[in-house]
Amino acid sequence: MAAEKLSTRHLLGIKDITLNDIELIFETADNFKGVINRTIKKVPSLRDITIANIFFENSTRTKLSFELAEKRLSADVINFAASSSSVSKGETLIDTVNNILAMKVDMVVMRHPYAGAGVFLSKHINAQIVNAGDGAHEHPTQALLDAYSIREKLGEVRGKKVVIVGDILHSRVAISNILCLQKLGAEVMVCGPTTLIPKHIGSLGVKVEHDLIKALNWCDVANMLRIQLERQDIKYFPSLREYAMMYGLNKQILDNLDKEIIVMHPGPINRGVEITSDVADSKQSIILDQVENGVAIRMAVLYLLASQRD
Amino acid sequence: MQKRTLLDGKKFQITIKRLCHQLIENHNDFSNTVLIGIQPRGSYFADRIKQELSEILKNKTIRKGNLDITFFRDDFRRKDGIVSANSNTIDFIIEGCNVVLIDDVLWTGRTIRAALDALLAFGRPAKVELLVLIDRRFSRHVPIEPDYIGHQVDSLDSQMVKVSWKETEGEDKVILLSDRNK
Repeated sequence: MAAEKLSTRHLLGIKDITLNDIELIFETADNFKGVINRTIKKVPSLRDITIANIFFENSTRTKLSFELAEKRLSADVINFAASSSSVSKGETLIDTVNNILAMKVDMVVMRHPYAGAGVFLSKHINAQIVNAGDGAHEHPTQALLDAYSIREKLGEVRGKKVVIVGDILHSRVAISNILCLQKLGAEVMVCGPTTLIPKHIGSLGVKVEHDLIKALNWCDVANMLRIQLERQDIKYFPSLREYAMMYGLNKQILDNLDKEIIVMHPGPINRGVEITSDVADSKQSIILDQVENGVAIRMAVLYLLASQRD
Repeated sequence: MQKRTLLDGKKFQITIKRLCHQLIENHNDFSNTVLIGIQPRGSYFADRIKQELSEILKNKTIRKGNLDITFFRDDFRRKDGIVSANSNTIDFIIEGCNVVLIDDVLWTGRTIRAALDALLAFGRPAKVELLVLIDRRFSRHVPIEPDYIGHQVDSLDSQMVKVSWKETEGEDKVILLSDRNK
C-alpha cells in the first residue's frame, strides 16, 4: 500500500515525484479505471473545482484526455488555445494566466512550447499546475500512463526491459519515460540515429543502441516515438524513407524476433514511418490501451492533487 | 481510555443470526435480493451475513458485492487523511434488484448518503434497505435510518465504537471507547 498523499502540490515533471507518488497514482488509477468502465462514468469528487486547460501548442489526445478526465470527476472546465487568443496580440504568459486565475480557477493544466514554463508558472501563481508537456523537457502524465500500461500488460514494471526508439533529442515523452521507468525499476535503452540521440543521454543511466534489430531482441517493450518534423530545424537524416527503412518497425521484423514484445506509441502515429499499419493494429500493440489508461491516470493525478488542501 | 463491551461471544452470534432471520422474513430465498457491503469494514460484516444466510437457507448462490464510496464522500478536501480508495466488486446487475446495504456502524449517516449516490452508478435498484450492526442513536447529520439493527447505543461524539472481526482481528467483539478527559 502506497502512502496516502502525494509529496508535491504540482505535477511538473517525473523528476520531482517519488516512487511512492507513482505507486499511489497507479493504485488510484486502478479505481478510476473501474469508474470509466461503468454505465455511469462520472463521480462527484471535484464538483467544487474549476480547471483551466491552457494549450500554447497543438494537441488532440492529451487535451481530450485531460478534458474527459476533468469532466468524469465533475470539475468545471474552461479551455484555452493560444492560437485563438490574445497571446497573438503580445500578452505575456503570466498576464494570460493571471487573467484566467482572476476568474477563480483552482488548477491549471498547461502545455507550452518552452521547457520550464510549468515550473516558472508554479513560482508565480497560486493555482496548482499540471504539466501537459513543456517543450522538449517533460510530459509526466504520458510517462505515467505508459508505465501504467506496461504494468497492466506485464503485471509489473520492475525488471522489465524497455527500449525507446526514434527522435529522443526532441522528445519530452522520452525524458519523462526514462525517469519514470527507472524509478519503477525497469531497464531502459534508447535507440535511433546518432543525430537524434542527445550526446550525454548515457548520464541518465540508459543504454544506447543504434541498431534497431539488436534493440528489439533485447527488450520486452518497444516504445516507438514519433519523428517530430515540426521541431527539426535542420536535417537530422537524409529522408523519411531512409529513416523508415532503418528505424521503422514492420510486421516482418516483429515476427522474426526471438520473442513476443509489446509495441507502444504515444501518438500521433506517422503510419509507415515509425511503425507500419499492420504493427499498429496488431495484437502486440497496446496503443489504444494507452489512450484508455490516459484518462484513468489523469483522473488519478487531478484527484490526488485536488485532495492537497491549501 | 475507558472501554465498555457492547457485544461479544454468544451475544454477537445471536445478533447476527437474528438479523439473518429478519432478512429472510422480507426477502424469502434472496432470488431478487443482493447484499452490498460498504468498503472497507462493512464488507467483512456482509461476508458474515452471507455465510450465515447460506447456512440457514442451504443456498450457496446468494449474491454479495463490495461498494467503495471514496469518490462520493462529501468531506473531500475538507478533511486531512484518507484519499485512497478501495475496490468495487459488484459483478452482477443491480438494476431492478432489492439491495441490502450493509455497514458495521451507523453514526452521522453521511457514509450511507454517499453509498446511495455510489450505488446509483451501477443501475437503478427496485428497493434499497440498510442493515447495520451498531446504530449510534441520536447522532445523525442527515435523515437516514436503518431497516435492520444489530444493537443500538447512545453515545457521545467524543466516543468511538470499534468493531473487530474473527477473520481479521481474531475475535468478534464490539467495544465503546471513551476518553476520560473529554
